[in-house]
Amino acid sequence: MTATFWQRLDKAGRNLAPFAVTVMLVLVGMIPIPIPSYSWVAPHLTLISVYYWTIHRPDLMRPGVAFLIGLLQDLLTGGPLGVNALMLVVAQWAVLNQRRVFLASTFALLWIGFAMVMTGAAFLQWLAFSVLNAGILPVKPALFQGLLTVAMFPAVGWLLIRMHRAFLNG
Amino acid sequence: MKPRSSGSVIRLAAPLRALAHRFSFLLLVLASIALMMVGKVESVSVDAARARVTDAFAPILDAISRPAATAARVIESAVELENAFDENRRLKAENARLLQWKQAALRLETENASLRTLLHATAEPSVSFITARVIATPGSSFVRTLVVTAGRRDGVRKGQAALAGAGLVGRVIEVGEWSSRVLLLTDINARVPVVLEGSRQRAVLAGDNSDQARLLYLPPESPVQVGERVVTSGHGGLFPPGLPVGVVTSASERGVRVLPNADLSRVEHLRLVDFGLAGTELDLTAELK
Repeated sequence: MTATFWQRLDKAGRNLAPFAVTVMLVLVGMIPIPIPSYSWVAPHLTLISVYYWTIHRPDLMRPGVAFLIGLLQDLLTGGPLGVNALMLVVAQWAVLNQRRVFLASTFALLWIGFAMVMTGAAFLQWLAFSVLNAGILPVKPALFQGLLTVAMFPAVGWLLIRMHRAFLNG
Repeated sequence: MKPRSSGSVIRLAAPLRALAHRFSFLLLVLASIALMMVGKVESVSVDAARARVTDAFAPILDAISRPAATAARVIESAVELENAFDENRRLKAENARLLQWKQAALRLETENASLRTLLHATAEPSVSFITARVIATPGSSFVRTLVVTAGRRDGVRKGQAALAGAGLVGRVIEVGEWSSRVLLLTDINARVPVVLEGSRQRAVLAGDNSDQARLLYLPPESPVQVGERVVTSGHGGLFPPGLPVGVVTSASERGVRVLPNADLSRVEHLRLVDFGLAGTELDLTAELK
């Protein structure tokens, strides 16, 4: 009886890994790094994580989870509430719909797929901020942020694969 | 689930579940949009919630931002070591110049004090500083705020000015128990009443999410020169007058742009300044937004 309880607890803990890793990436993405203008184009690590887990473990990265993570990010970054939540929910939905394609594809294709998701997300973010500020904002910083995120994708992806193997290889 | 092997209930349930799935997506999208509206309307309670959450995560942010700060310091000191000779020579020259300024300042101070006694002018309110470390940046191109390690129990209040190095950085917009958030001058929501030091022309400094801020409400024919210093005017009662803000970098028909004195993208520590002004405690932010 106790064994099953501990096993269940262990499983629940392991199933929390995608969520925990993504929350950690929210925090890591907010570290101030004293490189000129870095903080405005810091890579959107959370999106990489949501993308990865939606492809590999959609049962653990549900829309609700993506929403919660986005909401947490909105609260922590000081931006308007709901923008990141919307972005992550839409990204999760888009990736889930094309999941079969992503699962079968090579790493290069995954990367290209992420670039497309990032473009959409950056555009959505720009649109949301423009509407909330009632004016057209410059789109360039969002694009730079997207580029940097796409460039970071292999490194973060490697880390996520390691996490995946360490916690959920059962 | 294997719908093929099960009975009619599950055959019926599968599309229903698909519908629920799609519905949950729509529901969450609508919830996000609703949150955006709530954030616009109920900004006070949203700020309170934000401060709670930021407080909860501040210790973690503090811990994980330390290695990055240390690494940056190591690299910086290596670079400094390389330039030590030139830097020393430059500093000596600067020191000689500053000593002259010090003499001038001392003379002006005594003169000022004696003139004040003649005029019975009221004394300036006393100033106290709270030094805080920056532990988080938004990591977004559309939001320009900083989270610092000082909160209500350290004496931080909403509306206090934040200074770093050579000038104004922004003001406190949200205070938690041991962390607070500073809205930078360059954020699209930031408005600071300023005055051009040379012409004494009043204006409002407004950010637009770029590295420089714009001057609003300048009369069309006001003589603005590139290189002119911009300081706070003290209007609105939030900041004391005379805090250095920035320097005019361009003045054309398209507008006047001001480069902040402090490098806003790499602030490590900042001073939150309690000027003891009446009205700081009030929520003037809504009025200024």
